[in-house]
Amino acid sequence: MAKLKNTDELKALRDKLSKETFDPNAHRIRACCGTACTATGAHKVIAAFEKEAAASGVAIDIVKTGCQGLCQKGPVLKVEPNNIFYQRTKTTDVPAIMDYSIKGNSAYRQGLYRDNFLSEPIPLMLEIPFYKKQLRIALRNNGIVDPRNIEHYLAVGGYAGIEKALSSMTTDDVLNEVDKANLRGRGGAGFPAGRKWAHSKGAKSDVKLVIANGDEGDPGAFMDRAIMEGDPHSLIEGMLLCAYAIGAQYGFIYVRHEYPLAVENLKIAIKQAEDLGILGKNILGTGFSFTIDIREGAGAFVCGESTSLVASIEGERGYPRPRPPRLSEIGGGPWGIPGNLNNIETYACVPVIIDKGSDYFRSIGTKNSPGTKVFALTGKVKNTGLVEVPMGITLREIIFEIGGGILDDKEFKAIQTGGPSGGCIPAEHLDLPVDFDSLASVGSMMGSGGMVVLDEETCMVDVAKFFLSFTQSESCGKCPPCRIGTYHMLELLKKITSGKGEDGDIEKLEKIGEQIIAGSLCGLGNSAPNPVLTTIKYFREEYEEHIHDKYCRSKVCSGLGTYTIDHTECFLCGLCKQACAFGAVKELKNSFYIDQDYCTKCKACYTACPIKAVKIDKQKGKPSTSLKRSK
Amino acid sequence: MNLKVDETIGHIREVISEKDKKRGILIHTFQKVQHEMNYLPEDALKMISEKLDIPLSEVYSTASFYKQFYFTPRGKKIVKVCTGTACHVRGASAVMNKLEEEFKIKEGETTPDLSMTLETVGCIGCCGLAPVATVNEDIIGEIDRKKIAAIIDLIKSE
Repeated sequence: MAKLKNTDELKALRDKLSKETFDPNAHRIRACCGTACTATGAHKVIAAFEKEAAASGVAIDIVKTGCQGLCQKGPVLKVEPNNIFYQRTKTTDVPAIMDYSIKGNSAYRQGLYRDNFLSEPIPLMLEIPFYKKQLRIALRNNGIVDPRNIEHYLAVGGYAGIEKALSSMTTDDVLNEVDKANLRGRGGAGFPAGRKWAHSKGAKSDVKLVIANGDEGDPGAFMDRAIMEGDPHSLIEGMLLCAYAIGAQYGFIYVRHEYPLAVENLKIAIKQAEDLGILGKNILGTGFSFTIDIREGAGAFVCGESTSLVASIEGERGYPRPRPPRLSEIGGGPWGIPGNLNNIETYACVPVIIDKGSDYFRSIGTKNSPGTKVFALTGKVKNTGLVEVPMGITLREIIFEIGGGILDDKEFKAIQTGGPSGGCIPAEHLDLPVDFDSLASVGSMMGSGGMVVLDEETCMVDVAKFFLSFTQSESCGKCPPCRIGTYHMLELLKKITSGKGEDGDIEKLEKIGEQIIAGSLCGLGNSAPNPVLTTIKYFREEYEEHIHDKYCRSKVCSGLGTYTIDHTECFLCGLCKQACAFGAVKELKNSFYIDQDYCTKCKACYTACPIKAVKIDKQKGKPSTSLKRSK
Repeated sequence: MNLKVDETIGHIREVISEKDKKRGILIHTFQKVQHEMNYLPEDALKMISEKLDIPLSEVYSTASFYKQFYFTPRGKKIVKVCTGTACHVRGASAVMNKLEEEFKIKEGETTPDLSMTLETVGCIGCCGLAPVATVNEDIIGEIDRKKIAAIIDLIKSE
């Protein structure tokens, strides 16, 4: 494609493409090629469709899209023009789907979504409970366009925001629009983007930077990945608008190194935008110049913190630096150049705000947190995946309507939001409307949007230990409260979960936690104790049970409880005896029992038993020596 | 090794100093070397230090800060078990234990014949399929007993 010379040419090209590219009557398959679907064999299915189409002579347009959200049921695909949604597609389903939905006009029942084995299948994507309550702004093009094709992005109205800004808005107009929309940073803390931008704009420097934070180290979060992989042009357009508003010339996208596909797709997108003249020097003949480069991270969670990210871009160790100077001030950014740093999702929302206006954006969500938020819904929930919902939706709606409820119909226990910086929210707050402020009010936080559902089989002390061992190993070690404090807390948690907990341990945890929050240099330390403090707040009785009764009600922690074999259930397979490394499982003529003197509570027998006849009890049970096996 | 400073620093090279440029490509250089050599040999680090004019101690300190870099040779197959939250609650530790048991190595170690390295990773962003592990580039999700056996076969196969 030739370089575009002005905004009129861009408009003309987009009008042309939107008419030509996605013919509403054509046979089209939009196949998800997100990470999860790729792992479950999306590319094999696509190859099968290509082969089948070639053999039967039917012209079908296959669009390899980014993540469509319903990761649990992958590979997923949508067949147009009838918009039939297929899940768990196998190559063997391909001929049937071709016959029913492409050559014919109906749905292939076996491939459709069902809530459960007995319920009616649902053919249309938007009628599936998982998608019904969703509203997509940041993920608006995920699942629709091919991320490696700029024409697709233009065809669905892409780069309309930058066109509008360059042709009819001043830099202040753009800034005011973002400010009016009250777009809050989607990285977690929820700082208003407009205010941040204004601050960066105010820095007196000839050179400025726009940095996109795609480090996303939170375990259990993958929304930035989905945007970078599935819709890189939205990110580029958002960064362009920011650069225009604050007067920046250079941009960086800092991508986590575990995301090679994101790097690849971003590189392609940058090249395409440069070739078209939307990115680079003298953009669309307006004299505005902006270039974007990619920086790959090297695997350090702390580099998601803005000052550490700056250090990492400069090629240093990713140590956080004290503020001020802030990133938006002279001396604060990489090489001292002031810059603006936002999360990927934040930038992806900007083109919509400029194109459709701040009023549209404010009409969605709550008063103080307008717009939508993408959540990565995972854990013990039926439908896992990426979910974008308007702010203000309740946790119950997310978990039970979108997520379809708890896996295996177990009891809901808590939801962990915000990753290692967040906290656990118990069932009593299920009707909490989700936004930045409400989550903070219950001691958790939005974080980057990870939501891990925990059921009755999850031990809260173990979850706290899990998060703390993550932050402890990821602490950069620069400041002692974080380095030593998290280590100390982790040791206490290890002590409690291994059955050696003592009186006063909980209070110690609380006290150290508060001191880490108060004394740490950066966000990692400031938020590291959150998972522990919220679990103590809401599940104190579980901690006490571990310490005083030496019992883990979820049967997760080993070294706690009393192990016995229920003879009414045991069918004498002998696996427990094989599993026991300490000879504690004794065999009698027609029964097995556990000798408490030898038992180390290692849980090997419990895990080995295929029918859960090995029981872990709270009370100090006597070893069963009954010789008779009751029926 | 050919380290072209201008090619890897990006457009920002127009405005920053020569010294900053050299420093700015340091991490990228590690990535390049490790991509070729599979780890960061001592000689390579010395060479990087000389070429970029950064003291060797600083080169080491930066490389050792980041999880991505290794100073010892690694196995032909790199197996990463995801220990993200979703994988953790859905049983990642059982997967790890099984692999440790099978190959008689611990987390972060390489088998003596250099056939495989066993590691954990914070999160690979594929939480929908938890628990997840990767064998080189392949992502294997929803690991259960049956799939562990398949993974072990995959690791042992050439």
